[in-house]
Amino acid sequence: MAIPDEEFLLKTTSACAGCPSSLILRYVTKAAGADTVLVIPACCTSVIQGVYPTTAMNIPVYNVAFASAAAVASGMSEAFRAEGRKTNVICYAGDGGTIDIGIQALSGALERGTDFLYICYDNEAYSNTGMQRSGATPLGAMTTTTPGGKKDQKKDLDAIVAAHNPVYQATACAAYPQDLYNKVEKALSIPGPKFMHVLAPCPPGWRFPSEKTIEMGKLAVKSGLWVLYERENGKLSITGASKAAMKKRIPVEDYLSVQGRFRKITAAETAEVQKTVEDTIARLQREVDGIC
Amino acid sequence: MLTFGTGNKAVAMAVRDAKPVVVAAYPITPQTEIVEEIANFVTDGSLDARYIPVESEHSSMAACIGAAATGVRTFTATSSHGLVYMCEMLHMSAGARLPIVMANANRALGPGWNIGAEHSDSISMRDTGWLQVYVSTVQEAYDATVMAFRIAEHTDVLLPVMINLDGFLLTHITQTFETVEPGDFIPPTATPHAIDINNPGGYGTLTPGNTHFKFRHDIERGMQASVPVIVETEADFARRFGREYHLYEEYRCEDADVVIIAMGTLGKEMEVAVDILRDEGVAAGAIRMRWFRPFIVPDLDGKEVVVIDRDYSFGFGGVVANELQAKCGCKPFSVIAGLGGQEVTYDDIAEFVRIRCPGKEHWFGVDD
Repeated sequence: MAIPDEEFLLKTTSACAGCPSSLILRYVTKAAGADTVLVIPACCTSVIQGVYPTTAMNIPVYNVAFASAAAVASGMSEAFRAEGRKTNVICYAGDGGTIDIGIQALSGALERGTDFLYICYDNEAYSNTGMQRSGATPLGAMTTTTPGGKKDQKKDLDAIVAAHNPVYQATACAAYPQDLYNKVEKALSIPGPKFMHVLAPCPPGWRFPSEKTIEMGKLAVKSGLWVLYERENGKLSITGASKAAMKKRIPVEDYLSVQGRFRKITAAETAEVQKTVEDTIARLQREVDGIC
Repeated sequence: MLTFGTGNKAVAMAVRDAKPVVVAAYPITPQTEIVEEIANFVTDGSLDARYIPVESEHSSMAACIGAAATGVRTFTATSSHGLVYMCEMLHMSAGARLPIVMANANRALGPGWNIGAEHSDSISMRDTGWLQVYVSTVQEAYDATVMAFRIAEHTDVLLPVMINLDGFLLTHITQTFETVEPGDFIPPTATPHAIDINNPGGYGTLTPGNTHFKFRHDIERGMQASVPVIVETEADFARRFGREYHLYEEYRCEDADVVIIAMGTLGKEMEVAVDILRDEGVAAGAIRMRWFRPFIVPDLDGKEVVVIDRDYSFGFGGVVANELQAKCGCKPFSVIAGLGGQEVTYDDIAEFVRIRCPGKEHWFGVDD
């Protein structure tokens, strides 16, 4: 599917150099088109969209309280449908606003069958406020509130969402915009609750040079730490670059060692990360094969 | 049409008659009957609205915000812990200038766990930018709810309105009441800042210190503008439907030396107390304050004042008593009574007047 030239996120925003979130947002909005409202809780995008009275967005953006995005979207979507409008309602929220404080509202909206698309762009920490630990922060990663490295595993958001049986669920990564675009376009063609989880490698937070955002995303996918897939009507399909990674992967060290945030990760923790990768891929492969 | 029902049912029927497009609600005692009745109206087709059964009160207000942002009429109801749980969203809805209407069944906050009437829930929301009206009868619960939509949605106001009714004392008592057909009494919702795909903008974006205060001041402008809108709405309601309401209701105040002031159901009890005191030769009167926000001060010049607060601001005092003192300079005898459904009779209220001591505070039922 050809990506349109039209831009809904304008140039020269206040995003950090190499920001994956603004890259993702750019392709999400291209896929969604002009008849779209973004619902945004507190997150990096609160800053990226610009400061009153200016805006960097060419579609309406509704800023809402941290815990409330999916619930606001429920009301908005119901109101649009009641008025006979097909306007896309897209929650665009970070991992903190999704995995932690916003999970109740997300769960409620998915359970109620809200006609909306919820996109979690995951930079694996509270990046907007200077990189504190979130439930999405992976094992071994240093943040300002886990200065010795996080001792707990990343929360499995996708499994939590899958338990709600949304009509469409997908993962994506800032490093693969065509895959991301295709999934957003497909999601928005289906009525009902849709969810996408997009990995957003964050240069200042993950401590890598800002020109390496795409490279970092590709390493995440090639190591199998991030698997690109979609689940439509309960049927799982591996997509794009992850098809190769399901068969042959680079070691997780290749991904961890180039990021400053993993400077304190232990050998045992690295082995645990590798084991999690193998377990996840085996589980997803069983699902693809219809064995689960 | 004359009918019979509880305060809760009256609110639900008023909502049905006002025809909101979206109702989002979570049940909580003693409000539950309101949302059950509305769910019934939506199910049987007598209300053509989207009913969103949300997972929390935080989300019920959030869903109302999302719906109201598109320019449609919205309603929700809550009580007590539900209200304080949605506190953040009350600030958001008023700050976003969304004319959401909500009924609150006034109830105490725990611990200890208590479901009785108390105004601490709504009083603690006084600085959120919501208008607050307190009603005293089933009929008034109906009428105030109908009027709330017109007041909230008036383009001079564009602020949310909370209708407060005492838990159980009003939510669960049954009285005869009359419904109306609002018709053009409630004009179509016309939110000037409703989301417009053809004219996109950023709503609630980062707003620095050199502009933020202007939005805050605009909320106060809306609050001030609500006073004439309330007066005009209540006058038009009286003209069309024959029932008269005022910013506050006075009873035998013309020649009174001492006036008792309260909100909610205690306001009706006061009138009986006034009659008792008059028989004893005390020139008593009563003022039932209906609107707590905006705070409209009655003329108390030259009168002794006894204020009954069904609330308390710890470390400070009864809220209504202190706000009256701050606004009009009177030195009320401040009585704290009726917390958590504590029974307060008209005899008790008459006794408050007999033992009055200007400037002092008295906790009903506390001996020391």
